[in-house]
Amino acid sequence: MVGRGAPRVTGPLAVIDTLRLTAEGAAGLLESGEVSGPELAAAYLAAIEERDPELHAYLNVVGEAGQGVPIALKDCITTRGVPTTAGSKILEGYVPVFDSTVAARCKEAGLPLLGKTNMDEFAMGSSTENSAYGPSRNPWDPERVPGGSSGGSASAVAGGLAPWALGSDTGGSIKQPAALCGLVGLRPTYGTVSRYGIVAFASSLDQVGPITKTVRDNAWLYRIIAGKDPRDSTTVELPAPVELPAVEDLRGIRIGVPREMNDAEGIEPGVTESVRRTIALAEELGAEVGETSLPRSVEYGLACYYLVAPAEASSNLARYDGVRYGYRAPGEDDLAGMYMRTRWEGFGAEPKRRIMLGTYALSAGYYDAYYGQAQKVRTIISQEFAAAFERFDLLVSPTSPTVAFRIGEKAANPLAMYLSDILTIPPNMAGLPGLSIPCGLSEGLPVGFQIVGPQFSENLIFRAGHALERALGFDFVPERLR
Amino acid sequence: MAITREDVLHVARLARLEIPNAEVDRVRGELGAILEAVGKVGELDLSGVEPTSHPLDLANAWAEDEPQASLPREEALANAPDPREGAFRVPAAG
Repeated sequence: MVGRGAPRVTGPLAVIDTLRLTAEGAAGLLESGEVSGPELAAAYLAAIEERDPELHAYLNVVGEAGQGVPIALKDCITTRGVPTTAGSKILEGYVPVFDSTVAARCKEAGLPLLGKTNMDEFAMGSSTENSAYGPSRNPWDPERVPGGSSGGSASAVAGGLAPWALGSDTGGSIKQPAALCGLVGLRPTYGTVSRYGIVAFASSLDQVGPITKTVRDNAWLYRIIAGKDPRDSTTVELPAPVELPAVEDLRGIRIGVPREMNDAEGIEPGVTESVRRTIALAEELGAEVGETSLPRSVEYGLACYYLVAPAEASSNLARYDGVRYGYRAPGEDDLAGMYMRTRWEGFGAEPKRRIMLGTYALSAGYYDAYYGQAQKVRTIISQEFAAAFERFDLLVSPTSPTVAFRIGEKAANPLAMYLSDILTIPPNMAGLPGLSIPCGLSEGLPVGFQIVGPQFSENLIFRAGHALERALGFDFVPERLR
Repeated sequence: MAITREDVLHVARLARLEIPNAEVDRVRGELGAILEAVGKVGELDLSGVEPTSHPLDLANAWAEDEPQASLPREEALANAPDPREGAFRVPAAG
Protein backbone atom coordinates (compact mmCIF):
# COMPACT_ATOMS: atom_id res chain seq x y z
CA MET A 1 0.00 0.00 0.00
CA VAL A 2 1.29 3.43 -0.82
CA GLY A 3 0.66 6.18 1.69
CA ARG A 4 1.97 8.38 4.45
CA GLY A 5 3.21 6.36 7.39
CA ALA A 6 3.20 3.14 5.35
CA PRO A 7 6.43 1.16 5.16
CA ARG A 8 8.76 2.33 2.43
CA VAL A 9 7.86 0.54 -0.77
CA THR A 10 10.54 -0.60 -3.15
CA GLY A 11 10.27 -1.92 -6.67
CA PRO A 12 7.88 -0.70 -9.36
CA LEU A 13 5.30 0.74 -6.94
CA ALA A 14 7.96 3.14 -5.68
CA VAL A 15 8.17 4.91 -9.06
CA ILE A 16 4.39 5.22 -9.31
CA ASP A 17 3.30 8.28 -7.37
CA THR A 18 -0.29 8.24 -8.58
CA LEU A 19 -0.86 11.73 -7.18
CA ARG A 20 1.83 13.24 -9.34
CA LEU A 21 1.81 10.94 -12.38
CA THR A 22 0.33 12.41 -15.54
CA ALA A 23 -1.09 10.32 -18.39
CA GLU A 24 1.95 11.24 -20.50
CA GLY A 25 4.17 10.15 -17.61
CA ALA A 26 2.30 6.86 -17.24
CA ALA A 27 2.58 6.21 -20.96
CA GLY A 28 6.33 6.82 -20.70
CA LEU A 29 6.70 4.30 -17.88
CA LEU A 30 4.78 1.69 -19.84
CA GLU A 31 6.69 2.35 -23.04
CA SER A 32 10.10 2.12 -21.39
CA GLY A 33 9.08 -1.10 -19.71
CA GLU A 34 9.85 0.37 -16.28
CA VAL A 35 6.32 -0.49 -15.24
CA SER A 36 3.92 -3.08 -16.64
CA GLY A 37 0.19 -2.61 -17.29
CA PRO A 38 -0.81 -4.80 -14.33
CA GLU A 39 1.64 -2.97 -12.02
CA LEU A 40 0.18 0.37 -13.06
CA ALA A 41 -3.38 -0.80 -12.48
CA ALA A 42 -2.33 -2.23 -9.10
CA ALA A 43 -0.90 1.13 -8.05
CA TYR A 44 -4.22 2.86 -8.78
CA LEU A 45 -6.18 0.13 -7.06
CA ALA A 46 -3.98 0.54 -3.98
CA ALA A 47 -4.56 4.29 -4.01
CA ILE A 48 -8.31 3.75 -4.45
CA GLU A 49 -8.35 1.34 -1.52
CA GLU A 50 -6.57 3.90 0.62
CA ARG A 51 -8.36 7.12 -0.32
CA ASP A 52 -11.66 6.33 -2.02
CA PRO A 53 -13.49 5.36 1.20
CA GLU A 54 -13.07 9.03 2.12
CA LEU A 55 -13.37 10.64 -1.34
CA HIS A 56 -16.13 8.41 -2.75
CA ALA A 57 -15.03 9.32 -6.27
CA TYR A 58 -16.02 5.91 -7.63
CA LEU A 59 -19.39 4.19 -7.87
CA ASN A 60 -17.84 1.08 -9.36
CA VAL A 61 -14.17 0.06 -9.43
CA VAL A 62 -13.35 -2.26 -12.33
CA GLY A 63 -9.52 -2.22 -12.24
CA GLU A 64 -8.83 -3.47 -15.76
CA ALA A 65 -5.16 -3.81 -16.63
CA GLY A 66 -3.84 -3.31 -20.13
CA GLN A 67 -1.17 -1.82 -22.34
CA GLY A 68 -2.39 1.75 -22.19
CA VAL A 69 -3.00 4.42 -19.57
CA PRO A 70 -5.98 3.49 -17.34
CA ILE A 71 -8.98 5.79 -17.37
CA ALA A 72 -11.99 6.54 -15.17
CA LEU A 73 -15.34 7.28 -16.86
CA LYS A 74 -18.22 9.31 -15.47
CA ASP A 75 -21.17 7.03 -14.81
CA CYS A 76 -23.34 8.61 -17.52
CA ILE A 77 -21.01 7.05 -20.08
CA THR A 78 -22.46 3.71 -21.14
CA THR A 79 -20.06 0.80 -20.79
CA ARG A 80 -21.04 -2.65 -22.05
CA GLY A 81 -21.24 -5.21 -19.27
CA VAL A 82 -20.36 -2.62 -16.60
CA PRO A 83 -23.19 -1.08 -14.54
CA THR A 84 -24.10 2.46 -15.55
CA THR A 85 -26.33 4.45 -13.21
CA ALA A 86 -25.99 8.13 -14.16
CA GLY A 87 -25.92 8.68 -10.38
CA SER A 88 -29.59 7.69 -10.11
CA LYS A 89 -31.56 4.99 -8.30
CA ILE A 90 -33.83 4.72 -11.31
CA LEU A 91 -30.91 3.03 -13.12
CA GLU A 92 -29.62 1.02 -10.18
CA GLY A 93 -28.48 -2.36 -11.48
CA TYR A 94 -28.73 -1.35 -15.13
CA VAL A 95 -26.00 -3.09 -17.09
CA PRO A 96 -25.73 -1.77 -20.65
CA VAL A 97 -25.59 -4.20 -23.57
CA PHE A 98 -23.62 -1.81 -25.70
CA ASP A 99 -20.68 0.60 -25.43
CA SER A 100 -21.00 4.31 -25.92
CA THR A 101 -18.87 5.57 -28.78
CA VAL A 102 -16.48 7.34 -26.40
CA ALA A 103 -16.03 4.17 -24.30
CA ALA A 104 -15.42 2.20 -27.50
CA ARG A 105 -12.83 4.74 -28.67
CA CYS A 106 -11.03 4.56 -25.32
CA LYS A 107 -11.01 0.75 -25.66
CA GLU A 108 -9.65 0.95 -29.22
CA ALA A 109 -6.89 3.24 -27.92
CA GLY A 110 -5.98 0.54 -25.40
CA LEU A 111 -7.05 2.49 -22.29
CA PRO A 112 -8.09 0.01 -19.58
CA LEU A 113 -11.18 0.91 -17.54
CA LEU A 114 -10.38 1.77 -13.93
CA GLY A 115 -13.98 2.36 -12.99
CA LYS A 116 -17.14 4.50 -13.20
CA THR A 117 -17.22 7.70 -11.28
CA ASN A 118 -19.85 9.43 -9.17
CA MET A 119 -21.95 12.30 -10.47
CA ASP A 120 -24.95 14.47 -9.73
CA GLU A 121 -28.00 12.47 -10.79
CA PHE A 122 -28.56 12.74 -14.55
CA ALA A 123 -25.81 15.37 -14.60
CA MET A 124 -28.09 17.83 -12.82
CA GLY A 125 -26.05 19.68 -10.26
CA SER A 126 -22.87 21.58 -9.48
CA SER A 127 -21.54 19.74 -6.46
CA THR A 128 -22.17 15.96 -6.83
CA GLU A 129 -24.42 16.26 -3.76
CA ASN A 130 -27.36 15.29 -5.96
CA SER A 131 -25.97 11.80 -6.50
CA ALA A 132 -28.39 9.18 -5.27
CA TYR A 133 -25.33 7.33 -3.95
CA GLY A 134 -23.90 10.06 -1.71
CA PRO A 135 -21.55 12.96 -2.51
CA SER A 136 -17.93 12.78 -3.59
CA ARG A 137 -15.39 14.85 -1.70
CA ASN A 138 -12.76 17.32 -2.79
CA PRO A 139 -9.21 15.95 -2.31
CA TRP A 140 -8.04 19.49 -1.41
CA ASP A 141 -10.46 19.51 1.54
CA PRO A 142 -12.76 16.52 2.06
CA GLU A 143 -15.31 18.70 3.89
CA ARG A 144 -15.85 20.48 0.59
CA VAL A 145 -17.48 19.57 -2.68
CA PRO A 146 -15.44 18.58 -5.73
CA GLY A 147 -17.93 20.44 -7.91
CA GLY A 148 -20.39 18.84 -10.29
CA SER A 149 -21.84 17.18 -12.03
CA SER A 150 -18.55 15.43 -12.94
CA GLY A 151 -17.35 15.61 -9.33
CA GLY A 152 -16.40 11.94 -9.10
CA SER A 153 -14.11 12.17 -12.13
CA ALA A 154 -12.48 15.34 -10.81
CA SER A 155 -12.05 13.89 -7.32
CA ALA A 156 -10.50 10.73 -8.78
CA VAL A 157 -7.92 12.59 -10.88
CA ALA A 158 -7.01 15.17 -8.23
CA GLY A 159 -6.90 12.48 -5.55
CA GLY A 160 -4.45 10.31 -7.48
CA LEU A 161 -7.10 7.65 -8.08
CA ALA A 162 -6.92 7.89 -11.87
CA PRO A 163 -4.39 9.49 -14.23
CA TRP A 164 -7.20 10.98 -16.30
CA ALA A 165 -10.95 10.77 -16.69
CA LEU A 166 -13.88 11.67 -18.87
CA GLY A 167 -16.70 13.84 -17.65
CA SER A 168 -19.68 15.46 -19.32
CA ASP A 169 -20.64 19.11 -19.51
CA THR A 170 -24.05 20.65 -20.13
CA GLY A 171 -24.00 23.85 -18.04
CA GLY A 172 -20.39 23.61 -16.88
CA SER A 173 -20.15 20.14 -15.41
CA ILE A 174 -16.60 19.50 -16.64
CA LYS A 175 -15.16 22.98 -16.33
CA GLN A 176 -16.46 23.76 -12.83
CA PRO A 177 -15.32 20.54 -11.07
CA ALA A 178 -11.96 20.86 -12.82
CA ALA A 179 -11.71 24.40 -11.41
CA LEU A 180 -12.67 23.36 -7.89
CA CYS A 181 -10.20 20.46 -7.88
CA GLY A 182 -7.20 22.20 -9.47
CA LEU A 183 -7.42 20.32 -12.77
CA VAL A 184 -7.68 20.91 -16.49
CA GLY A 185 -11.14 20.35 -17.98
CA LEU A 186 -12.27 20.79 -21.56
CA ARG A 187 -15.83 21.32 -22.63
CA PRO A 188 -15.44 20.66 -26.40
CA THR A 189 -17.15 22.41 -29.30
CA TYR A 190 -20.66 20.97 -29.50
CA GLY A 191 -20.70 18.22 -32.11
CA THR A 192 -17.05 17.19 -31.90
CA VAL A 193 -17.57 14.33 -29.44
CA SER A 194 -20.24 11.68 -29.94
CA ARG A 195 -23.19 11.55 -27.55
CA TYR A 196 -24.12 8.01 -28.64
CA GLY A 197 -24.43 6.04 -25.42
CA ILE A 198 -24.21 9.09 -23.17
CA VAL A 199 -27.17 9.16 -20.79
CA ALA A 200 -28.92 12.21 -22.16
CA PHE A 201 -29.74 15.30 -20.13
CA ALA A 202 -30.05 18.18 -22.63
CA SER A 203 -29.31 17.06 -26.16
CA SER A 204 -28.43 20.45 -27.63
CA LEU A 205 -25.92 21.09 -24.83
CA ASP A 206 -24.43 17.79 -23.57
CA GLN A 207 -20.78 17.12 -24.46
CA VAL A 208 -18.26 14.63 -23.10
CA GLY A 209 -14.74 15.89 -22.44
CA PRO A 210 -11.45 15.17 -20.65
CA ILE A 211 -10.55 15.98 -17.05
CA THR A 212 -6.77 15.78 -16.62
CA LYS A 213 -3.78 17.08 -14.68
CA THR A 214 -2.16 18.87 -17.61
CA VAL A 215 -3.23 20.60 -20.80
CA ARG A 216 -1.18 18.21 -22.95
CA ASP A 217 -2.92 15.20 -21.36
CA ASN A 218 -6.22 16.91 -22.09
CA ALA A 219 -5.42 17.46 -25.76
CA TRP A 220 -4.24 13.86 -26.07
CA LEU A 221 -7.45 12.44 -24.60
CA TYR A 222 -9.59 14.82 -26.68
CA ARG A 223 -7.83 13.54 -29.78
CA ILE A 224 -8.73 9.97 -28.80
CA ILE A 225 -12.44 10.62 -28.34
CA ALA A 226 -13.24 13.38 -30.84
CA GLY A 227 -14.53 13.04 -34.38
CA LYS A 228 -17.66 12.43 -36.40
CA ASP A 229 -19.75 9.40 -35.47
CA PRO A 230 -22.42 8.04 -37.84
CA ARG A 231 -24.36 6.93 -34.75
CA ASP A 232 -24.74 10.54 -33.58
CA SER A 233 -26.15 12.71 -36.32
CA THR A 234 -25.26 15.87 -34.38
CA THR A 235 -21.54 15.21 -34.76
CA VAL A 236 -19.26 16.75 -37.36
CA GLU A 237 -15.79 16.06 -38.68
CA LEU A 238 -13.05 18.12 -36.99
CA PRO A 239 -11.77 20.74 -39.45
CA ALA A 240 -8.16 20.00 -38.43
CA PRO A 241 -6.37 17.30 -36.43
CA VAL A 242 -5.96 17.89 -32.69
CA GLU A 243 -2.43 19.08 -31.91
CA LEU A 244 -0.61 18.51 -28.64
CA PRO A 245 0.52 21.98 -27.54
CA ALA A 246 4.24 22.73 -27.26
CA VAL A 247 4.70 26.49 -27.75
CA GLU A 248 5.10 28.33 -24.44
CA ASP A 249 4.27 31.88 -25.39
CA LEU A 250 1.13 33.72 -26.40
CA ARG A 251 2.57 35.93 -29.13
CA GLY A 252 0.04 36.87 -31.76
CA ILE A 253 -2.95 35.92 -29.63
CA ARG A 254 -5.60 38.55 -28.86
CA ILE A 255 -7.27 37.87 -25.51
CA GLY A 256 -10.54 39.56 -24.62
CA VAL A 257 -11.73 40.07 -21.05
CA PRO A 258 -15.53 40.39 -21.08
CA ARG A 259 -16.34 42.71 -18.22
CA GLU A 260 -19.65 41.04 -17.37
CA MET A 261 -17.94 37.64 -16.98
CA ASN A 262 -15.16 39.07 -14.85
CA ASP A 263 -17.07 41.50 -12.66
CA ALA A 264 -20.25 39.45 -12.10
CA GLU A 265 -21.86 39.64 -8.71
CA GLY A 266 -20.86 36.84 -6.42
CA ILE A 267 -17.30 36.35 -7.65
CA GLU A 268 -15.08 35.97 -4.58
CA PRO A 269 -12.21 38.51 -4.25
CA GLY A 270 -9.63 35.69 -4.07
CA VAL A 271 -10.89 34.32 -7.37
CA THR A 272 -10.75 37.74 -9.01
CA GLU A 273 -7.19 38.26 -7.80
CA SER A 274 -5.91 34.95 -9.21
CA VAL A 275 -7.63 35.58 -12.52
CA ARG A 276 -6.29 39.15 -12.80
CA ARG A 277 -2.75 37.92 -12.12
CA THR A 278 -3.17 35.30 -14.81
CA ILE A 279 -4.37 37.86 -17.32
CA ALA A 280 -1.30 39.99 -16.51
CA LEU A 281 0.85 36.89 -17.03
CA ALA A 282 -0.78 36.36 -20.41
CA GLU A 283 0.33 39.83 -21.41
CA GLU A 284 3.88 39.07 -20.27
CA LEU A 285 3.78 35.98 -22.48
CA GLY A 286 3.08 38.19 -25.46
CA ALA A 287 -0.72 38.21 -25.71
CA GLU A 288 -2.54 41.35 -26.69
CA VAL A 289 -5.13 41.84 -23.95
CA GLY A 290 -8.19 44.07 -24.12
CA GLU A 291 -11.56 44.56 -22.52
CA THR A 292 -14.78 43.59 -24.21
CA SER A 293 -18.44 43.25 -23.39
CA LEU A 294 -21.18 40.63 -23.59
CA PRO A 295 -24.06 42.90 -22.60
CA ARG A 296 -26.81 40.35 -22.10
CA SER A 297 -25.13 36.93 -22.15
CA VAL A 298 -24.26 36.79 -18.47
CA GLU A 299 -27.34 38.65 -17.22
CA TYR A 300 -29.76 36.39 -19.10
CA GLY A 301 -27.62 33.29 -19.60
CA LEU A 302 -28.61 31.49 -16.41
CA ALA A 303 -32.33 32.04 -17.00
CA CYS A 304 -31.96 30.92 -20.61
CA TYR A 305 -30.17 27.73 -19.58
CA TYR A 306 -32.59 26.89 -16.78
CA LEU A 307 -35.40 26.94 -19.32
CA VAL A 308 -33.74 25.22 -22.28
CA ALA A 309 -31.97 22.44 -20.36
CA PRO A 310 -34.90 21.35 -18.16
CA ALA A 311 -37.21 21.46 -21.20
CA GLU A 312 -34.90 19.12 -23.10
CA ALA A 313 -34.48 17.00 -19.97
CA SER A 314 -38.23 16.60 -19.56
CA SER A 315 -38.22 14.94 -22.94
CA ASN A 316 -35.04 12.90 -22.45
CA LEU A 317 -36.06 11.58 -19.04
CA ALA A 318 -39.48 10.45 -20.29
CA ARG A 319 -37.92 7.10 -21.23
CA TYR A 320 -37.48 6.12 -17.56
CA ASP A 321 -40.82 4.43 -17.06
CA GLY A 322 -40.02 1.06 -15.49
CA VAL A 323 -40.90 -0.87 -18.66
CA ARG A 324 -37.66 -1.93 -20.32
CA TYR A 325 -34.90 -1.31 -17.75
CA GLY A 326 -34.19 0.23 -14.40
CA TYR A 327 -36.38 0.62 -11.36
CA ARG A 328 -40.06 -0.34 -11.45
CA ALA A 329 -42.32 0.50 -8.51
CA PRO A 330 -43.65 -2.77 -7.16
CA GLY A 331 -47.26 -3.64 -6.53
CA GLU A 332 -49.00 -1.49 -9.14
CA ASP A 333 -51.74 -3.22 -11.09
CA ASP A 334 -52.39 -0.40 -13.54
CA LEU A 335 -49.97 0.92 -16.13
CA ALA A 336 -50.40 4.64 -15.55
CA GLY A 337 -50.01 4.17 -11.82
CA MET A 338 -46.88 2.13 -12.40
CA TYR A 339 -45.35 4.88 -14.55
CA MET A 340 -46.18 7.59 -12.05
CA ARG A 341 -45.00 5.83 -8.91
CA THR A 342 -41.88 4.47 -10.62
CA ARG A 343 -40.83 7.93 -11.68
CA TRP A 344 -41.69 9.66 -8.41
CA GLU A 345 -39.84 7.01 -6.39
CA GLY A 346 -36.94 6.44 -8.78
CA PHE A 347 -35.91 10.04 -9.50
CA GLY A 348 -34.28 12.28 -6.91
CA ALA A 349 -35.48 15.77 -6.02
CA GLU A 350 -33.42 17.73 -8.55
CA PRO A 351 -34.40 15.68 -11.64
CA LYS A 352 -38.04 15.88 -10.58
CA ARG A 353 -37.76 19.63 -10.15
CA ARG A 354 -36.19 20.07 -13.57
CA ILE A 355 -38.61 17.68 -15.29
CA MET A 356 -41.55 19.66 -13.91
CA LEU A 357 -39.94 22.98 -14.74
CA GLY A 358 -39.24 21.83 -18.28
CA THR A 359 -42.72 20.39 -18.72
CA TYR A 360 -44.24 23.68 -17.58
CA ALA A 361 -42.00 25.71 -19.92
CA LEU A 362 -43.10 23.57 -22.86
CA SER A 363 -46.77 23.33 -22.01
CA ALA A 364 -49.58 24.92 -23.99
CA GLY A 365 -49.99 28.55 -23.11
CA TYR A 366 -46.52 28.90 -21.64
CA TYR A 367 -44.30 27.66 -24.49
CA ASP A 368 -43.82 31.04 -26.21
CA ALA A 369 -43.13 33.03 -23.07
CA TYR A 370 -40.70 30.54 -21.60
CA TYR A 371 -39.07 28.01 -23.91
CA GLY A 372 -39.66 29.98 -27.11
CA GLN A 373 -38.27 33.13 -25.55
CA ALA A 374 -35.27 31.24 -24.12
CA GLN A 375 -34.42 29.96 -27.60
CA LYS A 376 -34.30 33.56 -28.81
CA VAL A 377 -32.07 34.56 -25.90
CA ARG A 378 -29.80 31.75 -27.04
CA THR A 379 -29.50 33.45 -30.44
CA ILE A 380 -28.60 36.73 -28.75
CA ILE A 381 -25.87 34.99 -26.73
CA SER A 382 -24.38 33.40 -29.87
CA GLN A 383 -24.41 36.78 -31.61
CA GLU A 384 -22.69 38.55 -28.70
CA PHE A 385 -19.87 35.99 -28.59
CA ALA A 386 -19.50 36.12 -32.36
CA ALA A 387 -19.15 39.90 -32.17
CA ALA A 388 -16.50 39.63 -29.44
CA PHE A 389 -14.58 37.10 -31.54
CA GLU A 390 -14.27 39.63 -34.35
CA ARG A 391 -11.80 41.54 -32.19
CA PHE A 392 -10.36 38.74 -30.08
CA ASP A 393 -9.15 35.18 -30.59
CA LEU A 394 -9.99 33.98 -27.06
CA LEU A 395 -12.09 35.24 -24.16
CA VAL A 396 -11.17 34.64 -20.53
CA SER A 397 -12.83 34.74 -17.12
CA PRO A 398 -12.98 32.84 -13.85
CA THR A 399 -14.54 29.40 -14.37
CA SER A 400 -16.42 29.41 -11.09
CA PRO A 401 -17.39 32.47 -9.05
CA THR A 402 -16.20 30.72 -5.90
CA VAL A 403 -13.68 28.17 -4.74
CA ALA A 404 -14.98 24.82 -3.48
CA PHE A 405 -17.80 25.36 -1.00
CA ARG A 406 -18.63 23.16 1.98
CA ILE A 407 -20.75 20.05 1.60
CA GLY A 408 -24.29 21.03 2.59
CA GLU A 409 -23.70 24.76 2.19
CA LYS A 410 -25.82 25.24 -0.95
CA ALA A 411 -27.66 21.93 -1.12
CA ALA A 412 -30.87 23.28 0.41
CA ASN A 413 -31.15 26.19 -2.01
CA PRO A 414 -31.45 25.21 -5.68
CA LEU A 415 -31.14 28.79 -6.93
CA ALA A 416 -27.92 29.38 -4.97
CA MET A 417 -26.53 26.17 -6.46
CA TYR A 418 -27.53 27.25 -9.99
CA LEU A 419 -25.43 30.40 -9.61
CA SER A 420 -22.29 28.22 -9.63
CA ASP A 421 -22.74 27.96 -13.39
CA ILE A 422 -23.17 31.66 -14.12
CA LEU A 423 -19.81 31.93 -15.94
CA THR A 424 -19.71 28.54 -17.64
CA ILE A 425 -23.24 28.70 -19.07
CA PRO A 426 -22.99 31.59 -21.55
CA PRO A 427 -20.36 30.01 -23.84
CA ASN A 428 -22.15 26.66 -23.59
CA MET A 429 -25.38 28.16 -24.93
CA ALA A 430 -23.43 29.22 -28.02
CA GLY A 431 -21.93 25.75 -28.49
CA LEU A 432 -18.45 27.13 -27.80
CA PRO A 433 -15.47 25.20 -26.47
CA GLY A 434 -14.03 26.17 -23.10
CA LEU A 435 -11.01 25.01 -21.11
CA SER A 436 -10.54 25.50 -17.39
CA ILE A 437 -6.99 25.51 -16.09
CA PRO A 438 -5.91 25.99 -12.45
CA CYS A 439 -4.41 29.47 -12.03
CA GLY A 440 -3.78 29.81 -8.32
CA LEU A 441 -5.11 29.27 -4.83
CA SER A 442 -7.50 31.29 -2.71
CA GLU A 443 -7.76 30.34 0.96
CA GLY A 444 -5.72 27.27 0.02
CA LEU A 445 -8.27 26.12 -2.57
CA PRO A 446 -7.86 26.00 -6.36
CA VAL A 447 -9.08 28.77 -8.64
CA GLY A 448 -10.02 27.93 -12.24
CA PHE A 449 -9.34 30.14 -15.28
CA GLN A 450 -11.77 29.72 -18.18
CA ILE A 451 -10.50 30.10 -21.74
CA VAL A 452 -13.27 30.27 -24.35
CA GLY A 453 -12.77 30.19 -28.11
CA PRO A 454 -14.88 30.14 -31.27
CA GLN A 455 -16.26 26.82 -32.44
CA PHE A 456 -13.49 24.37 -33.45
CA SER A 457 -10.71 26.47 -31.87
CA GLU A 458 -9.51 23.75 -29.49
CA ASN A 459 -5.95 23.83 -30.84
CA LEU A 460 -5.65 27.54 -30.04
CA ILE A 461 -7.26 27.05 -26.65
CA PHE A 462 -4.86 24.22 -25.82
CA ARG A 463 -1.91 26.34 -26.97
CA ALA A 464 -2.93 29.18 -24.67
CA GLY A 465 -3.71 26.85 -21.78
CA HIS A 466 -0.37 25.07 -22.09
CA ALA A 467 1.66 28.29 -22.23
CA LEU A 468 -0.11 29.64 -19.16
CA GLU A 469 0.19 26.33 -17.33
CA ARG A 470 3.96 26.32 -17.85
CA ALA A 471 4.31 29.91 -16.71
CA LEU A 472 2.00 29.50 -13.70
CA GLY A 473 3.70 26.35 -12.39
CA PHE A 474 0.58 25.37 -10.42
CA ASP A 475 1.12 22.19 -8.39
CA PHE A 476 -1.93 20.01 -9.04
CA VAL A 477 -1.24 17.66 -6.11
CA PRO A 478 -3.49 18.77 -3.22
CA GLU A 479 -1.37 20.30 -0.47
CA ARG A 480 -2.66 18.00 2.26
CA LEU A 481 -1.68 14.94 0.21
CA ARG A 482 1.88 15.98 -0.69
CA MET B 1 -44.95 34.24 -11.87
CA ALA B 2 -47.22 32.58 -9.35
CA ILE B 3 -47.81 28.90 -9.92
CA THR B 4 -50.97 27.35 -8.52
CA ARG B 5 -51.60 23.94 -6.93
CA GLU B 6 -53.53 23.04 -10.05
CA ASP B 7 -50.54 23.97 -12.23
CA VAL B 8 -48.30 21.70 -10.15
CA LEU B 9 -50.72 18.79 -10.34
CA HIS B 10 -51.23 19.34 -14.06
CA VAL B 11 -47.50 19.42 -14.79
CA ALA B 12 -46.87 16.38 -12.58
CA ARG B 13 -49.53 14.45 -14.46
CA LEU B 14 -48.06 15.45 -17.85
CA ALA B 15 -44.64 14.31 -16.63
CA ARG B 16 -46.04 11.08 -15.19
CA LEU B 17 -44.91 11.90 -11.65
CA GLU B 18 -47.14 10.77 -8.79
CA ILE B 19 -46.69 13.66 -6.41
CA PRO B 20 -47.99 12.94 -2.90
CA ASN B 21 -50.50 15.49 -1.65
CA ALA B 22 -48.25 16.43 1.24
CA GLU B 23 -45.48 17.47 -1.21
CA VAL B 24 -47.52 19.70 -3.48
CA ASP B 25 -47.04 22.91 -1.54
CA ARG B 26 -43.30 22.43 -1.14
CA VAL B 27 -42.91 21.74 -4.87
CA ARG B 28 -45.11 24.70 -5.65
CA GLY B 29 -42.85 26.98 -3.61
CA GLU B 30 -39.68 25.66 -5.23
CA LEU B 31 -40.99 25.81 -8.79
CA GLY B 32 -42.47 29.24 -8.17
CA ALA B 33 -39.11 30.62 -7.06
CA ILE B 34 -37.29 29.13 -10.03
CA LEU B 35 -39.95 30.27 -12.51
CA GLU B 36 -39.66 33.78 -11.21
CA ALA B 37 -35.90 33.70 -11.75
CA VAL B 38 -36.06 32.20 -15.24
CA GLY B 39 -38.97 34.42 -16.19
CA LYS B 40 -36.32 37.12 -16.49
CA VAL B 41 -36.01 36.15 -20.16
CA GLY B 42 -39.34 37.94 -20.63
CA GLU B 43 -37.70 41.30 -19.95
CA LEU B 44 -36.12 41.35 -23.39
CA ASP B 45 -37.92 42.46 -26.51
CA LEU B 46 -36.85 39.77 -28.94
CA SER B 47 -39.47 40.16 -31.65
CA GLY B 48 -37.66 39.60 -34.93
CA VAL B 49 -35.01 37.36 -33.35
CA GLU B 50 -34.86 33.84 -34.75
CA PRO B 51 -34.89 31.07 -32.12
CA THR B 52 -31.88 28.77 -31.82
CA SER B 53 -32.63 25.12 -31.24
CA HIS B 54 -29.18 23.87 -32.12
CA PRO B 55 -25.71 25.45 -31.79
CA LEU B 56 -24.32 24.10 -35.07
CA ASP B 57 -25.53 25.00 -38.54
CA LEU B 58 -26.32 21.41 -39.45
CA ALA B 59 -28.77 20.20 -42.03
CA ASN B 60 -30.01 16.65 -42.51
CA ALA B 61 -27.56 13.85 -41.75
CA TRP B 62 -28.27 11.26 -44.44
CA ALA B 63 -27.52 7.56 -44.41
CA GLU B 64 -28.09 4.80 -46.98
CA ASP B 65 -31.32 2.90 -46.40
CA GLU B 66 -29.55 -0.40 -45.77
CA PRO B 67 -30.69 -2.93 -43.18
CA GLN B 68 -28.18 -3.43 -40.36
CA ALA B 69 -28.12 -5.95 -37.52
CA SER B 70 -30.43 -4.94 -34.71
CA LEU B 71 -30.15 -5.69 -31.00
CA PRO B 72 -30.71 -9.43 -30.37
CA ARG B 73 -33.89 -10.12 -28.41
CA GLU B 74 -32.11 -11.58 -25.36
CA GLU B 75 -29.93 -8.47 -25.08
CA ALA B 76 -32.91 -6.19 -25.46
CA LEU B 77 -34.59 -8.03 -22.57
CA ALA B 78 -31.45 -8.29 -20.44
CA ASN B 79 -32.38 -5.44 -18.09
CA ALA B 80 -36.14 -5.92 -18.17
CA PRO B 81 -37.90 -5.80 -14.77
CA ASP B 82 -40.43 -8.43 -15.93
CA PRO B 83 -39.45 -10.23 -19.13
CA ARG B 84 -42.08 -12.74 -20.21
CA GLU B 85 -42.31 -14.81 -23.41
CA GLY B 86 -39.75 -12.68 -25.17
CA ALA B 87 -41.51 -9.41 -24.35
CA PHE B 88 -41.67 -6.72 -21.67
CA ARG B 89 -44.54 -7.48 -19.32
CA VAL B 90 -46.31 -4.50 -17.73
CA PRO B 91 -49.47 -3.96 -15.66
CA ALA B 92 -52.61 -3.64 -17.78
CA ALA B 93 -53.59 -0.18 -18.95
CA GLY B 94 -56.53 0.85 -16.79
